[in-house]
Amino acid sequence: MKILVCISKAPDTTTKISFTDNDTKFNEDKVQFIVNPYDEWYALVRGIELKEATGGTVTTITVGGADHDPIIRKALAIGADGAVRVNAANSDAFFVADQIANYAKANGFDLVLTGKETINYNGSQVGAMVAELMNLPYVSIASKLDIDGSNAKIERDVQGGVEVVTGSLPMVISCAKGMAEQRIPNMRGIMAARTKPLEVVEPSESANLTKVVGYELPAEKGAVKMIDPENMGELVSLLHNEAKVI
Amino acid sequence: MRTDQYQGHDYYEMDELLSEEHKLVRDAARAWVKKEVSPIIEEYFEKGTFPKQLIPGMAEIGAFGPYIPVEYGGAGLDQISYGLIMQELERCDSGLRSTSSVQSSLVMYPIWKYGNEEQRQKYLPKLASGEFIGCFGLTEPDHGSNPGGMITNFKDAGDHYLLNGAKMWISNAPFADIAVVWAKDETGRIHGLVVERGMEGFTTPETHGKWSLRASNTGELVFDNVKVPKENLLPGKSGLGAPLGCLDSARYGIAWGAIGAALDCYDSALRYSKERHQFGKPIAGFQLQQKKLAEMITEITKAQLLTLRLGQLREEGRATSAQISMAKRNNVDMAMKICRDARQMHGGMGITNEYPIMRHMMNLESVVTYEGTHDIHLLITGLDITGENAFK
Repeated sequence: MKILVCISKAPDTTTKISFTDNDTKFNEDKVQFIVNPYDEWYALVRGIELKEATGGTVTTITVGGADHDPIIRKALAIGADGAVRVNAANSDAFFVADQIANYAKANGFDLVLTGKETINYNGSQVGAMVAELMNLPYVSIASKLDIDGSNAKIERDVQGGVEVVTGSLPMVISCAKGMAEQRIPNMRGIMAARTKPLEVVEPSESANLTKVVGYELPAEKGAVKMIDPENMGELVSLLHNEAKVI
Repeated sequence: MRTDQYQGHDYYEMDELLSEEHKLVRDAARAWVKKEVSPIIEEYFEKGTFPKQLIPGMAEIGAFGPYIPVEYGGAGLDQISYGLIMQELERCDSGLRSTSSVQSSLVMYPIWKYGNEEQRQKYLPKLASGEFIGCFGLTEPDHGSNPGGMITNFKDAGDHYLLNGAKMWISNAPFADIAVVWAKDETGRIHGLVVERGMEGFTTPETHGKWSLRASNTGELVFDNVKVPKENLLPGKSGLGAPLGCLDSARYGIAWGAIGAALDCYDSALRYSKERHQFGKPIAGFQLQQKKLAEMITEITKAQLLTLRLGQLREEGRATSAQISMAKRNNVDMAMKICRDARQMHGGMGITNEYPIMRHMMNLESVVTYEGTHDIHLLITGLDITGENAFK
């Protein structure tokens, strides 16, 4: 089975967020980047587990500049067999999805896995767009995936229960918590990553469909208001008129 | 213990001087420590025993001989990678790092450097995988700073050697599978011998009642007419310089490790000072607390620069024993002082095992005197710069 796993980079969760260029660009200065956790912990690790169980290969694909190479090496150290980097700025979801779809169509994969979203932009768009562009079935936010031959059995957490979906490969699946456990790269993996192939390909012609008008930070959290337990009327009034939650 | 919220601190942006692989090695070790060790370390420290179940995981992250060549089961990494792994282990606990230092620098290193090919093939892959745990016997009850005065000795008994004597303060001794033991031959020359558990007359009583390195097992090595096969003698080097070469490697690892302990205390103190309010504001806003924090990060940054440079020199084979002594001495002392200030900043909480501070402080009380005492390392620098020997 040939598996393609989409990997993007995301700022470390402890990053202090700020913007440049008149609040239209995320300020990357001094930011530590990590593999987007949904891509790494769930999509990549499940891909590797499937490969280990049934044979085949796991290739990662990333759209971005050479500054993405460290996170790609980490994916290789965790256990991917090879990596592809489309050498272009990952400017919007459609552009990224189009690049991935074009590469995947040209190289033929049985399964394309993505994280359910990135933890910086949280768009959840790339997986669905890749599926559409490749004219393949798509299952989003999967928490379990089993493959038997060319049949896939997928579970999705839904309100109050689990939805079970079946389908035939090839297909595209976005992965969420539950799919796999985090794998820490071991020394053997780090050593092996030195020599695994990282292919850099030039982007195909594609459009940017998004224009960023501006970013802003959420309002600072206010101080906690303590209400006397005897004064329920005031609490209800504040929740209704100020917090507007009831 | 609270959730391990540790974050690295890199005030002078030294990560830019590290390779991608260095950072991958360090971050993998850090992630493994947070997942596997932090949740249990206080329990094992209190029980006074080494968490043996961690051995396979330690091997996986390269804690056993990361710089040993791949053909002997090592990872073939460089000296800075080794240092970074030691830093991350000691960031959690010096006992954990001690077990790793001993295995890597004091057992695998001499077998690799002074052993013959057969010995390397026999022991190194098993030591790298953690199947074998090793220990190192140099210090004796009456010979610490003066190891050359050792009385442990071996005699040629035809088809084997007969080993007699005792070693003390030996990390990993109680459960080690093999011991690299330094003993004098009949002419008084020091040689290294590999002694295996199970050899008749070889016992390893545990040292109890330690207030330090409680998550690491320490013991004695007692040799009562132990028959050691002649092929277990390390042929490549003899004389006091042989064990001292191992100590160079271990001390280099300790220099990195001590930075880890200091970073953990600083990290905890910085976070606590922002959370703890007195007189209506975080204590981080008071000058005397800022003085402590500012001095901590200054000293950590100096130690980081010193040690990274030492790593570069060591990688090129140019680091002198005296340079290693300076880093070991400076960094351990720096870490001890930071522990004390961090303890004060945590107030009463600092004496509990909710925070790692006092565990680090107690551990460092061993680290400051083992592998060459604080004072001896000063005399090594003194000898190096003056040419005058003030040891004796």
